[in-house]
Amino acid sequence: MSSFKTTLAILGALALSACDGDGFGGNGSNSNNGISTSALDPASVEYFNQTIGDTVLFEVDQSTLTTSAIALLDRQAAWLLNNPGRSIVVEGHADEQGTREYNLALGARRAAAVQQYLVTRGLTDDRLSTITYGKERPLAVCSDEACWSKNRRSVTVVQGGLGS
Amino acid sequence: MKHIFSLIYCIAALFTATLTNAQALRVEITEGVIEPMPIALPAFTAQGNGAQALADQINAVVVNDLIGSGLFREIPRSAHISAISNFNAAVQFADWKAINAEALVTGNVVLEGETLTVQFRLFDVVAQTALGQGLQFQGGTDGWRRMAHKLADAVYSRLTGETGYFDSRIAFIAEDGPKNARVKRLAVADYDGANTRFLTDGGAIVLAPRFSPNAAEIVYTSYETGVPRVFLLNVDTLEQRLLDETPGMTFAPRFSPDGSKVVLSLTEGANTDIYIMDVNTGAKTRLTSGSAIETAPSFSPDGSQLVFESDRGGKQQIYVMPTTGGEAKRISFGQGSYGTPVWSPRGDLIAFTKINQGRFHIGVMKSDGSDERLLSASFLDEGPTWSPNGRVIMFFRETAGADGAPSLMTVDITGRNLRKVNIPVFGSDPAWSALLQ
Repeated sequence: MSSFKTTLAILGALALSACDGDGFGGNGSNSNNGISTSALDPASVEYFNQTIGDTVLFEVDQSTLTTSAIALLDRQAAWLLNNPGRSIVVEGHADEQGTREYNLALGARRAAAVQQYLVTRGLTDDRLSTITYGKERPLAVCSDEACWSKNRRSVTVVQGGLGS
Repeated sequence: MKHIFSLIYCIAALFTATLTNAQALRVEITEGVIEPMPIALPAFTAQGNGAQALADQINAVVVNDLIGSGLFREIPRSAHISAISNFNAAVQFADWKAINAEALVTGNVVLEGETLTVQFRLFDVVAQTALGQGLQFQGGTDGWRRMAHKLADAVYSRLTGETGYFDSRIAFIAEDGPKNARVKRLAVADYDGANTRFLTDGGAIVLAPRFSPNAAEIVYTSYETGVPRVFLLNVDTLEQRLLDETPGMTFAPRFSPDGSKVVLSLTEGANTDIYIMDVNTGAKTRLTSGSAIETAPSFSPDGSQLVFESDRGGKQQIYVMPTTGGEAKRISFGQGSYGTPVWSPRGDLIAFTKINQGRFHIGVMKSDGSDERLLSASFLDEGPTWSPNGRVIMFFRETAGADGAPSLMTVDITGRNLRKVNIPVFGSDPAWSALLQ
């Protein structure tokens, strides 16, 4: 039973890394995918993605940070303060229930909300940049709220060293 | 990719009779339901080796253009009593009247080496007269489709009193691959989807192209540098450059009617505002301010005003402001939210995307916001663009679900004649050019 679970988790990880291979960075929701974290180096990107969590979710047409989003971003900030060599790109995404260009602007707003919050937690501007994908890179592909709620997100993508 | 097209096109007085018909044959275009005009388009005659095949292809394109407009109904060949065997012989009007044709188009195609000559005449069958003089188009054989479109435009124009829209192009985004990893390529095609060619390779996400007024250049948004930035591309040479060298995310570019300026959105932090930029000097002026999302600008045809969308009032709505800056006036007040406004080339209407109760619509309203009419409804209809004559709107329709994909659609501004554009790929973000020169 437990080996079956592990297989699923590995397949999930493969699928995610395949997505990463297209050059668009993290697509989010690397957290809570069932991989045991005991073996992960707490300073690794994998630890950040899987144990801290890289994805913040948003309400429809909103960029306000929810209580759970703030809790997650506090953990992200703590990790980033402990790993000062890392810079991040915050991706902002929207669900498909909006027009393309508005959603680009909305994604930018979400990414900026995360960026601004992390700055208030002590991170310096030069470690943070933002990008919007609007509705161009959904994580979940169904056309109902179950997927849309996953797609209204920001993803904190940890880069290599500063300036990399 | 270098398709330098040189259509020599001359008007020859093939037909000398002067005709002043007090009650000229005319499709009456009203807002209501119209009865398509029955029209006969018998096979075109041909001279020269291989000319008949070309004549048949040209005839088919003309038929497709005219019938596709929704304003005409073709009387099928099988119902024809007579054929046209001699382009210059007198027309047997009784044979066409007997099958209830109201208009008759005859054509002749001459092929001499690589030079193609296309001649046509248009007849009012009821009045038994020619409608205007015969016309002749001449060019290389590779221009046969454009000659067919020009012929159809001439027929359309004489029968409706409006300019045509068939000799025009579209730019759009070709889409491939799964929904969560779409490959998007910038593409151009004839307005009817023929001659689709791809201008970018899919290595970077590209979005929302717009033609320059002469259709020689395209502005569009690309992730080529990593973030969305506006690029300017020459359609023939494929040379491209960043429109704005200053860093930041830019998108939603549109040309001014004279082609000298581009309006676009620039995002700084959480805030997206509209700027107007000189294409040659790069000089940039900010037109909106404040923390709202301001995007999707579109010039009025005289260049004096901009229509755009803003959520400054709480959600996406449509506003109009002077191109020189200043106060913006909200014009959309219906249920739901409104985006992607595009000013009609006639200046009278503004087309938009409306989102209401989970449905997407394409609609039109007068430029003061009155007389809103919705032309379509689906899970996702978005991004209207106007035909050169302001008669037809193209947009894209995306189907729902994991396998959902976009198609290009057209609809008449009356809401009739919804059609799918025949492109060989999935397509989104269409932009319709002006009539080609």
